[in-house]
Amino acid sequence: MTAYLIRRLFAAMMLLLVVSAVTFAIFFLVPRLGGQSIDELAVQYVGKDANPDSVAAVKKNLGLDQPLIVQYYDFIKAIFVGAEYKFGPDASKCDAPCFGYSFRSHIEVWPEITQRIPVTLSLAVGAAVLWVISGVTIGVVSALKRGSFIDRLAMAVALLGVSLPIFFTGLLGLALFTSQWPIWESVDYIPITEDPGEWFWNLIIPWCSLAFLYSALYARLTRAGMLETMGEDYIRTARAKGLRESKVVVKHGLRAALTPIVTIFGMDFGLLVGGAIITEQVFSLQGMGAYAVQAVKDSDLPIVMGVTLVAAFFIVFCNLIVDLLYAAIDPRVRYS
Amino acid sequence: MALLSVDELTVTFGGRGRASKAVDGVSFDVDQGQVVGLVGESGCGKSVTSLALMGLLPSKGVELGGRADFDGTNLLTMSQRELRDMRGSQLAMIFQDPLSSLNPVVPIGVQVTEILQRHRGLKGEAARKEAAHLLDRVGIPDPTRRLKEYPHQLSGGMRQRALIAMAVACAPRLLIADEPTTALDVTIQAQILELLKELVDEEGTALLMITHDLGVVAGLCDQVNVLYAGKVVESADRHELFAHPMHPYAHGLLESIPRLDAPRGEPLKPIRGSINDRIAWADGCAFAPRCDYYTMECLTGTPALTEPAAAGHQVRCVNPVREPVEIATLDTPDVTATAHGGTSA
Repeated sequence: MTAYLIRRLFAAMMLLLVVSAVTFAIFFLVPRLGGQSIDELAVQYVGKDANPDSVAAVKKNLGLDQPLIVQYYDFIKAIFVGAEYKFGPDASKCDAPCFGYSFRSHIEVWPEITQRIPVTLSLAVGAAVLWVISGVTIGVVSALKRGSFIDRLAMAVALLGVSLPIFFTGLLGLALFTSQWPIWESVDYIPITEDPGEWFWNLIIPWCSLAFLYSALYARLTRAGMLETMGEDYIRTARAKGLRESKVVVKHGLRAALTPIVTIFGMDFGLLVGGAIITEQVFSLQGMGAYAVQAVKDSDLPIVMGVTLVAAFFIVFCNLIVDLLYAAIDPRVRYS
Repeated sequence: MALLSVDELTVTFGGRGRASKAVDGVSFDVDQGQVVGLVGESGCGKSVTSLALMGLLPSKGVELGGRADFDGTNLLTMSQRELRDMRGSQLAMIFQDPLSSLNPVVPIGVQVTEILQRHRGLKGEAARKEAAHLLDRVGIPDPTRRLKEYPHQLSGGMRQRALIAMAVACAPRLLIADEPTTALDVTIQAQILELLKELVDEEGTALLMITHDLGVVAGLCDQVNVLYAGKVVESADRHELFAHPMHPYAHGLLESIPRLDAPRGEPLKPIRGSINDRIAWADGCAFAPRCDYYTMECLTGTPALTEPAAAGHQVRCVNPVREPVEIATLDTPDVTATAHGGTSA
């Protein structure tokens, strides 16, 4: 188990290294292959008052004149031990983990990201709780009442949920509940540390819109899994013991149908924590996704790099957790 | 009065128009402490009969007819709630494939203790202790460790022993075993049969043995009912049946058993055709198309169960076979001679 964990952690690190290398290549190597010179890159840092001297200084200070491989090494090194940068006369220290400086605002990338993670995390966690509970419940009921009116209605709504994009349901939700029936005045992010009540109240519409999309998916997944497991021989054995149907369904049926749901959940959740791009745009939440979109628009490469790496980290991390959970869910899975 | 008295049980699947009768008027009795065999080939309705008795058939698309009186109450008209109270405590069942019959993601211990909790109200340490005792009783070595293990960690024989432990956990009055040895190795089969025999003898539990294996019948059953196309075609005491099978189907089954002392090169004697070559019981004898003895008389309505030779030996045939079958070495697992060796399972 320990050996397995170490091996998996090592593999996860390697994966993140590959992701960082690919991202680095896309943003620093590809433009150069496309004809962008180092000077043009340096100009982006200098901004409006670019002159040959300042450009040359930036090139030297940020190491842009170095070979790409050295730059990549410096970038990775900065994440672990920090770095020192000089802009003009003043030098500034960038503590580890240092993801470099924004082209535009000349501020460190990492503190900006850490500011936005709680926003996206709040959105993702709340929505996940909602969609797992509702999705699994609807799926189980649908499977047990297969072919009934409830099943058909639930599956029709699920199809709607899967088909309707979040920029439709989200905007519809906003339109209905902030102007038609103004239960909410507006949707703003209030940090949970500031006012938990307000935090919760403001996130209800975003949570519901996001959960609608996902719970539809999970309902269908659970229904399919339950239909399969409820036909298994061990369900018959459980019934032959005289167990109550609720126990048969939850303890024996759902228990065995859980594995694929957990797998998908790990991926979905990891992906979402890395940035719920559309949802954050729709509700003007300043999360990771919105930050990434802004950075791409501005060609602010260090931010894009940072956000990509953090997002990749969440996905890799969540998948690792899922793999470890497997053993608890399905004892037939062995760590080897 | 018999413990279980099944009278004209019918099970019909499917709705109007395309209904198919899986069990077509089966009657038999099981007395206290008796071992009764229900024998027939795949598709003759034997498993469906057992599921109907347990109330485990789906409620939708299935129609039950006739009676099945257990201790004087008709099982077929009981509510699911009443049946749930009976299942596991009064009536218990052992299934064919021990691997798929155990939940792969639930420890053996939990699967045993849940029935103890349900019917005997045992919880926590008391339940665990009793579960270990049960596993020990069915010959599973190191029961406390096994309780924590999962089905895939047990051998096939041990899985079936665990299922038997669950079935006998609440000392049921009737145990239904649906081909309990089919999925097991031959040596393990004998051990499992031996175990069942032991449990039945000790507790005085009645056993309804559902099998296609005449060897199992010969080694275990007191009374044998031969099923064909959803009806009992012959019913007799084990010795009587093996000595004088009178229905051409039972006769054919016994004759088809390969004999070790047969001359080299002598062909086997199968029953020709398959269970699909049949006519409806309403039109005559369902076995007629495969029968070597059939006459036009066979096609005039359902033959009645009669006792043409000995009392208690019932045959549903208009031309019963009178010649005995030569069974010199019946392929019987000698259950009494096999060591009760749980360790090798």
